[in-house]
Amino acid sequence: MNGRRSFLRGFFAVLLSGGAIEGVLKLIPSKAYGKEVARTGKWYGYGVSVDKCIGCARCMDACKNENNVPREPFFVRTWVERYITRKNGQTIVKAIAPGDEAMPEAASDRTILRSFFVPKLCNQCANPPCVQVCPVGATFQTADGVVLVNEKTCIGCRYCIQACPYGARYLHPVSHTADKCTFCYHRISQGQLPACVEVCPTQTRIFGDLNAAASPMSRFLRMNKIHTLKPGLNTEPKVFYANLDGEVR
Amino acid sequence: MGKLLEKFPDPLARLIVVVSALVALGAFAYFVLIPKPVKDIEMQWSDAIKREKARPVRYAGFQVCEECHGEIHNKKKTGYHRDLSCETCHGPAKAHAENPDNTKPVIPTARTFCPQCHAYNPSRPRGFPQINPVAHNPLKPCSSCHNPHDPKPPTTPKECSACHGEIARMKAVSHHVQLECTVCHEAPQQHKVSPRSVKPSKPQTREFCGKCHGKDTKEKLAANAPKIDMAEHGEKYVCWQCHYPHSPEVEQ
Amino acid sequence: MNPEIIRTLQELLPQIQGYIYPNEIEIHWGLLIVVYPYITGVVAGAFILASLVKVFNVKEVQPLYRLSLLTALAYLLVAPMALVSHLGHPGRFYEILLTPQTSSAMAMFGFVYAWYLMAVLLLEIWFVHRTDMIDMAENSTGATRLLYRALSLFSKDKGERAVAFDHKALKVITIVGIPSAFLLHGYVGFIFGSIKANPWWSSVLIPIVFLFSAIVSGIALVVLLYMIITPLTGGKINMKCVDKAVDFLFYAVIVDFSLEMVDFIHRVYQSEEEIKILSEMVMNKLFASLIIIQVLLGMLVPLLLISLTKIFKKRFGLNEDMRKMVYFISVILIQFGIFATRWNVVIGGQMFSKSFRGLTTYKMEFGGIEGLLYAIALLALPVVILFVLLKVLPPWKELREEGEAGTEALGGASS
Repeated sequence: MNGRRSFLRGFFAVLLSGGAIEGVLKLIPSKAYGKEVARTGKWYGYGVSVDKCIGCARCMDACKNENNVPREPFFVRTWVERYITRKNGQTIVKAIAPGDEAMPEAASDRTILRSFFVPKLCNQCANPPCVQVCPVGATFQTADGVVLVNEKTCIGCRYCIQACPYGARYLHPVSHTADKCTFCYHRISQGQLPACVEVCPTQTRIFGDLNAAASPMSRFLRMNKIHTLKPGLNTEPKVFYANLDGEVR
Repeated sequence: MGKLLEKFPDPLARLIVVVSALVALGAFAYFVLIPKPVKDIEMQWSDAIKREKARPVRYAGFQVCEECHGEIHNKKKTGYHRDLSCETCHGPAKAHAENPDNTKPVIPTARTFCPQCHAYNPSRPRGFPQINPVAHNPLKPCSSCHNPHDPKPPTTPKECSACHGEIARMKAVSHHVQLECTVCHEAPQQHKVSPRSVKPSKPQTREFCGKCHGKDTKEKLAANAPKIDMAEHGEKYVCWQCHYPHSPEVEQ
Repeated sequence: MNPEIIRTLQELLPQIQGYIYPNEIEIHWGLLIVVYPYITGVVAGAFILASLVKVFNVKEVQPLYRLSLLTALAYLLVAPMALVSHLGHPGRFYEILLTPQTSSAMAMFGFVYAWYLMAVLLLEIWFVHRTDMIDMAENSTGATRLLYRALSLFSKDKGERAVAFDHKALKVITIVGIPSAFLLHGYVGFIFGSIKANPWWSSVLIPIVFLFSAIVSGIALVVLLYMIITPLTGGKINMKCVDKAVDFLFYAVIVDFSLEMVDFIHRVYQSEEEIKILSEMVMNKLFASLIIIQVLLGMLVPLLLISLTKIFKKRFGLNEDMRKMVYFISVILIQFGIFATRWNVVIGGQMFSKSFRGLTTYKMEFGGIEGLLYAIALLALPVVILFVLLKVLPPWKELREEGEAGTEALGGASS
């Protein structure tokens, strides 16, 4: 009698605790315990060739035009950083603005060791920390890999802005909701390119379906050594950089 | 019900009533009163996607212009600006594409426009054509010499510095200032017209630098150049693995 | 477009040091989000003080039992106001209850808060006061009588069975309440600590540090309120009670300080990439609020003062007024210190760029919803609410027991 009872007790205890553990696991992002999600259909990605960028800032202009981003310099969906590494190891970084006077340091500035431009934008992470923290589900990931913000339900708590490691988000001063680059979702769903890719004069910016076998994106990924920003944070960015300098954060 | 509640101590019974009432109220509010769109996240997401897709498009895209502006398109197709979208310079043109007579895109003519890409900037990649906007043909509009749709310069540049400004300026303040680029690099004429199709040559051996810097050199140009023993100096490396030829000074 | 926002941001431009991402110029979580963890901290701390009586049977602090509970309630009611006021769309706050995302700590916190308010605090206060409310209903007329009848859920049972159930329920609730109080404020710490993007916040220790600084601020505040309210209402301060409470406060401050020191030493020793910009931030921007107010005035000076009363037991033991003065100064300094702690965590975490290359500044407004005036009002409001609660559920009987602290039967029964 005792044996049966203790067996049943143990059995149900295991069932319950298993159920409890399962419930807790649902709270943990599935990536944390290695669950792979099948990718069929479109899965958008972006490529940036750092070596080609001339820092003309036409992309910043085009983005603000296309997406009604406030003109003030405090709100950007995409921006370009300028890095100057001097021979003493010191690195200076500055964000450029469209219409900046060409501001070359004197050519005889022989302290410059390396200098280049780095375009930045929302990385549309595959494991987005912003989506993880949104309390009301206003920011979400579409089936084709773009992270959008639902401005009708965003409550403006700014948690996503805190959670983004890349500074890609801002609070829109008119709608008081979080806003960020959407890969020009309204354009790409009609088969067009994002505005920044459209106007880039040197083909620094590349956009495409990561699942496509033959596309500028697939060539980019094949022919270059690819980096992403802050890989240690495991956000799995979908903006890939070629020839990214180690000074870039 | 009263009989059942009597089984419990008075405070507990009252709490049970209050809590049940609140739960019932809450359930009623959630399941009956609150409309679906407010509580269904999937519905909210698909609505958001629909709204996002319906946003107005401002840039027409690089394929659209060709339909009406075929001539210009063909001219641009083979020139240095072939990889640019029309809208890179002319701004958003979707409105014009849909209603060509009503709105016209901008035609930028100011001298401040082209330097946004082409002004000299040491952060720009090597070989990108750059000019000093103050010194380069001042006061003349850029388009008076360069057709924007086929912007080859009126004469093929004689100086390498036309495109390699960064290197030229660095060399100009270095010990190699008196060396023409062609002393070390052979640049076929074709390179000046189609830079990526054929690259200038670069020295391949230590002996090349040894022509001026070797101890027993007879080169006149190298009279004041520092001399080293080619057999001993620099072991197995080629010279430019340590010395940057465009700024070869060893001291800071 | 709000020209105010633009003007404020424009003024911040020249104050940027180094490089920040362009979007980082606006500090998103400002004064209201500093006030909020301060308030929930007091809630947790006051509740822990109350549970010292119930669960750990510390009889000396019995006089503070009901005061702590009511303080916790008063502050808990104001806490969500700070949060909702801060939202870009306060009117949409209900979405957090209708479509909460289970992966979001902020969303889940709404439910922790609701649980704590309803299932722990309100229940405990109700059970403590039920028989008193019945008494007060019997002794009043008209609207007041109706109020007490309603508050007691129209209960009239003062019989043995009911009262015994009260006691049992209280014990259970308090036992459940301690981890709930820990969860309440630990969760706030987790909301910050789980942001991997921000190395100032992202730390395993943050929920623990938040919790202990909460305990410190809660105990200190209840002692402060006790020391102010008792003489104001014609009572005499029970020094045995205050001494014991300050004892616990002392230990709590030591643990809190040790934890913060551990965190500091750990960061400096490990010396990861962000240490350069963080040290620059602490030395340049946070020097006054961190080194001076949080550590020196908020922890070290009170520790020193209270230690003095322990070391020189004889002198302080005889001179009660001296002791009162020392305690009074210490608990006030601690309030400033803990508020500064919240400030340094919240504002500090946003003053350095995630590029690790620059610093920006927080410009505190005076008026408006993110302004100083509103924050002060929110900090004063719980005291006003407490005033009302004390009028409705006066704890004077318990509060005034001089020298007989804790001789009452456990459970705070009616007489």
